[in-house]
Amino acid sequence: MRSSRIIHIGCCAFADYGTVRGQSVGAKASELFLAAQKIAWLGTDDIGRDIYSRLIYGIRVSLIIGLASAIISVAVGCVVGAVAGFRGGLFDDVVMRITDLFLAFPFLVALLVVRNMLGALSWLSPIIGNSGSIRFIIFLLAIFGWMGVARIVRGQVLSLKEREFIEASRAVGASRRYIILRHLLPNSIGPIMVALTFSVVGAIIGEATLSFFGYGPQAGAGTTSLGLLVGAAKGAVQTGFWWMAVFPCAALVIISLCINFIGDALRDATDPRLEMGQ
Amino acid sequence: MLRYVVRRIAWAIPTLLLVTFLVYVALRLGTNPVNSYLRSNPRASAEKIAQYKELNGLGSNYVTGYWGWLKHYVTLDWPRSIKGSREVLPALKDALANSLRLGAAATVVGVVIGLGIGVFAALRPGGRRDVTVNTAAFIGISIPPYISAILLQLLFAVYWSRWFGHTLFPTSGVYPPGHSGFNAVLMAKHMALPMIVVAIQIIAVYSRYMRSSLLDVMNSDYMRTARSKGISESQILIRHGMRNALIPVVTIAALDVGSIVGGLIITENIFDYPGMGLYFLRAFNDGDFPLMMPWMVLIVASILLFNLIADVTYAWLDPRIRLE
Amino acid sequence: MSVPVLSIRNLHITFESPLGDLHAVRGVDFDVSTGELLGVVGESGSGKSVTFLAAMGLLPSRAKISGSVVLDGEELIGACPRRLRSVRGRLLSMIFQDPLSALNPVHRVGDQISEMLQSHQKISNRAAGMKSVELLDLVGIPQPDDRAMQYPHEFSGGMRQRVVIAMAIANNPKVLIADEPTTALDVTVQAQILEVIQRVQEKFGTAVVLITHDLGVIARVASRVSVMYAGRNVEKGEVDAIFDHSSHPYTRGLLNSLPREGTERLEPIKGFPPNMLRPPSGCSFSARCQFALPECSVELPQLRQFGDLETACIRAEDIFVAGAQTR
Repeated sequence: MRSSRIIHIGCCAFADYGTVRGQSVGAKASELFLAAQKIAWLGTDDIGRDIYSRLIYGIRVSLIIGLASAIISVAVGCVVGAVAGFRGGLFDDVVMRITDLFLAFPFLVALLVVRNMLGALSWLSPIIGNSGSIRFIIFLLAIFGWMGVARIVRGQVLSLKEREFIEASRAVGASRRYIILRHLLPNSIGPIMVALTFSVVGAIIGEATLSFFGYGPQAGAGTTSLGLLVGAAKGAVQTGFWWMAVFPCAALVIISLCINFIGDALRDATDPRLEMGQ
Repeated sequence: MLRYVVRRIAWAIPTLLLVTFLVYVALRLGTNPVNSYLRSNPRASAEKIAQYKELNGLGSNYVTGYWGWLKHYVTLDWPRSIKGSREVLPALKDALANSLRLGAAATVVGVVIGLGIGVFAALRPGGRRDVTVNTAAFIGISIPPYISAILLQLLFAVYWSRWFGHTLFPTSGVYPPGHSGFNAVLMAKHMALPMIVVAIQIIAVYSRYMRSSLLDVMNSDYMRTARSKGISESQILIRHGMRNALIPVVTIAALDVGSIVGGLIITENIFDYPGMGLYFLRAFNDGDFPLMMPWMVLIVASILLFNLIADVTYAWLDPRIRLE
Repeated sequence: MSVPVLSIRNLHITFESPLGDLHAVRGVDFDVSTGELLGVVGESGSGKSVTFLAAMGLLPSRAKISGSVVLDGEELIGACPRRLRSVRGRLLSMIFQDPLSALNPVHRVGDQISEMLQSHQKISNRAAGMKSVELLDLVGIPQPDDRAMQYPHEFSGGMRQRVVIAMAIANNPKVLIADEPTTALDVTVQAQILEVIQRVQEKFGTAVVLITHDLGVIARVASRVSVMYAGRNVEKGEVDAIFDHSSHPYTRGLLNSLPREGTERLEPIKGFPPNMLRPPSGCSFSARCQFALPECSVELPQLRQFGDLETACIRAEDIFVAGAQTR
């Protein structure tokens, strides 16, 4: 069952085949607001675009954003978490306080405020793109993502730190960097993988939420994302064109379900408390 | 313990100052208060603009600016909203009251059901009901609140009336438009849908926590001792099992306030429910600095408060923890 | 010999597992009389704990139990759960190996003892509280009225085990089962705990079953010994008889592996305990036994009277003679 879901996601990531209509085909009056039928498998939206194709493109964009920001989060989070856990002291305290505060703050509020703040710092735009671009969103989400990863890695490092093989490394004179890179991180692969999957889900949902309120990647010609699709559907709900809302919602739910599944399975597989291994 | 609490409160004040300073910087940078003011009041006189700047501490640099804002804030000399010069305090109070009602109701319902389901599942681990509960909770977690909100809204706003001819649960506002005065039934009806949305999230999370916590406890040695005393299963569950299993759950509960607020923002937006969430979103969209700052202060203060409550509760429940 | 207060006959316990049936206990018999301390010796996996957990009714439902356990004239196997609950803690008590995890960390020590009292007797909170303090005093806890208000983590390991003992004897049970009560404790503390158990026994006449893998403990306090291996009894007798002229290769092996004055090399028993998913046919010790004959792997040896011992070895005579040579 799980492998078929991975295949499902994989298909969405390579969305070039399977789309019936392109994104920017002009609207024909007779094709507005159609329910599911042959020329448009999942119906059409308010300007005649086929929802199925938009869905596939949207999923692809969302997945890219999710993966990219998760990778950055994990990269940064691993380093910070490992160093904080291993060295302890002031660095650790400061990092913990910062992450504590940020994580306690309502996610959406912090997201919106930081987004605007970053957008206003014009010297940053060459690096991370302007505030409507996908690049920007990726960085924004990564800024929030690394904190969760850092905590997990730090926790893992703290528990590994006292183990004998680390003491042995120290006794042999290994440098701190060596110990972190060659011993601590490789032994934390389990929790790191789990943190990765949950970062992906968090990022996808974060992007969807941002787009819902209109702060996500701006819908330029042809770009769309799951969040934008759901956001556009908000109005449709009142007028009863249910397919515009239900399918993007379902896609979002299924994707986050799949990734959560993977994360959960990974967690069970790497949990030292379970006697049966994999 | 009293000393601990006092010390925490003493520490909270500089923390509050620091965080509100950071928020001030972020908001000032991000929402461009002066421009927003000018956008909403294009014909404001230079004098009014100056007054706005002064009341909100938008002076020269950030530090003196913050200090200026702080002075006005602490003396309750709050500037008015940029839209229509509304007073901030009453609006904030209303929003707070609405959200508290919604949040409290959802939390109570969610926690009771969630814990109940968790216990239910933990009693027969691996069995059919355990698997069902797990899967359901899993799906619940994977559905972000606004999806469930939209779907519920769809269901009740459009289809229920179509199928059944009348509206069971309204999908917006606290009262029907034009209503005045206090009416508990109407209020409950309007609150029902957003409450369900938030409660679903809570149930999903808490049932999993409770289940795993209770399973851990049930497998510990002191449970075996309890059984060897010959007391009844229900006594064992309540006095020994729950008492220990609740400890980690309670601590997480108090710290989870932030995510509940987050869920509230989205839910209130979709259901047009005038609580803290909607308040913030509208203020943010307008760039309404005078509305946003007090809101932020309130949120930060509550986070600190709940952190403290969490720590104190944890120490109270678990005698092995001694607060220094 | 008085009538035994606890009598176990032909007890078989099998656990269903995804890997097959685990035959943990394969037909054991035990008798304990009032005022007697029976030592049950065996290594991990011999089934010694499982046997008495079954007597208490504390095994999970996937355990298949057959045989008879008679306590004070009443059959416990197959008794309804309500009846078993009434017996547990009142007529039959058990204490376990790790005293820290055996006590509920969030309840005060005095309350935990009171709970034991109030589940089986109608007494007020106040009276229960006073009785708890008395019990703590009996097991040698100093300042018992103060200590009763404390939590388990405020006690040292030995103190905690005393508390556990106090709790177990609160209702003056006829039989106390002590499952490795000293294994988790320091040697000096071990002696104290054994002394507490003996004191209790003298005062109340409780029958005690002491389960352990430590022969030193047996030598100290037991009056009779029963040795278990791979789910069966292999030898039984008075403690002096066992230590002096044991006639079973396994018991001999255990005795020989104890360091003694003049020991130059320790002699472990070669090999490993058998896999209880597929117990070997015949004597389960034969694979490791230096006296093994081909007949040993054919049929399960039964316990038979051999002098003042009961032994389950077809070559008991030879073992006896071999032992005599080293005496």
